[in-house]
Amino acid sequence: MVPGIIGKKIGMTHVYDEKGTMVPVTVVQAGPCFVVQVKQQSQDGYNAIQIGYGQVSEKKLTRPVLMHLKKRGLPPLGTLREIRVAANKVSEYTPGQQLTVEAFQPGQYVDVTGTSIGKGFQGVVKRHHFRGGPATHGSMSHRAPGSIGNTAPQRVPRGRKMAGHMGCQKVTVQNLKIVKILPEENCLLLEGAVPGPREGLVLIQPAIKKTRLT
Amino acid sequence: MSKLLHELENKLLPRNDVPAFWPGDELAVHILIKEGDKERIQVFTGICIGRRGSGLRETFTVRKLSYGEAVERVFPVHSPSVKKIEVIKSREKNRLAPRAKLYYLRKQK
Repeated sequence: MVPGIIGKKIGMTHVYDEKGTMVPVTVVQAGPCFVVQVKQQSQDGYNAIQIGYGQVSEKKLTRPVLMHLKKRGLPPLGTLREIRVAANKVSEYTPGQQLTVEAFQPGQYVDVTGTSIGKGFQGVVKRHHFRGGPATHGSMSHRAPGSIGNTAPQRVPRGRKMAGHMGCQKVTVQNLKIVKILPEENCLLLEGAVPGPREGLVLIQPAIKKTRLT
Repeated sequence: MSKLLHELENKLLPRNDVPAFWPGDELAVHILIKEGDKERIQVFTGICIGRRGSGLRETFTVRKLSYGEAVERVFPVHSPSVKKIEVIKSREKNRLAPRAKLYYLRKQK
């Protein structure tokens, strides 16, 4: 079982299952990824593998990164990411090894991590689903947050929901089902939505809560 | 839509026997209906008043008069439940305006 694979969100469409029901799917072009480095407890203090995805021109990389890849005979890769692996599983991986979508199975559940679409500075109605005030009847408070506390503590409690920057955050969606795998195009069809914009990078890992196949 | 997604949709098309039809054509749509474990085919006949979307996600709207009451149904073109689409009468023969969307029919009746 691969610990994870990096991919690019292509977009959404739908397919029909064997019963003829329409299933909304997100197409993710994932891999091929390369194992770049294997980190071990004895050397690095923890167990992980570093995987790389997406070929770029050599000019796009700094020399330390380029040599880090070249030393292991790998092409210039734009994205490097570390994934923690259990101590007894580390020996299964060697630098240069390829990870493809074929390591997954249809029906398997996965967790998908991406960067959500940035929304900029937003008010409390959009950002925290506040109700806002009445629109008419002399109301002068339409989308304002209202009271932010009592007289008693003489300060605003930490974590009070207010207006501010929204989106562009790391978001993980758990338990998405793999509907179909297209090995020729390196594509996975995942049921439902995946965080982030089209062309956004996502990390696909086997689900930690739902490991059973359906 | 990205080129790759467009290509994938064409690859995933469950059927390729959809006839050429346009808004204004009179269609007979054969729909598979499941009642418990029984299956039967029902035919919905009416005028196609528009097509929407593209590729795998394309749908079309069929309008008919059922006992004086107008009924509209939207079908996905590539749904496995739509067993057959027949063109009974072309738009020219129906003497309808060449429009992509024949929504004006809703106001006429």
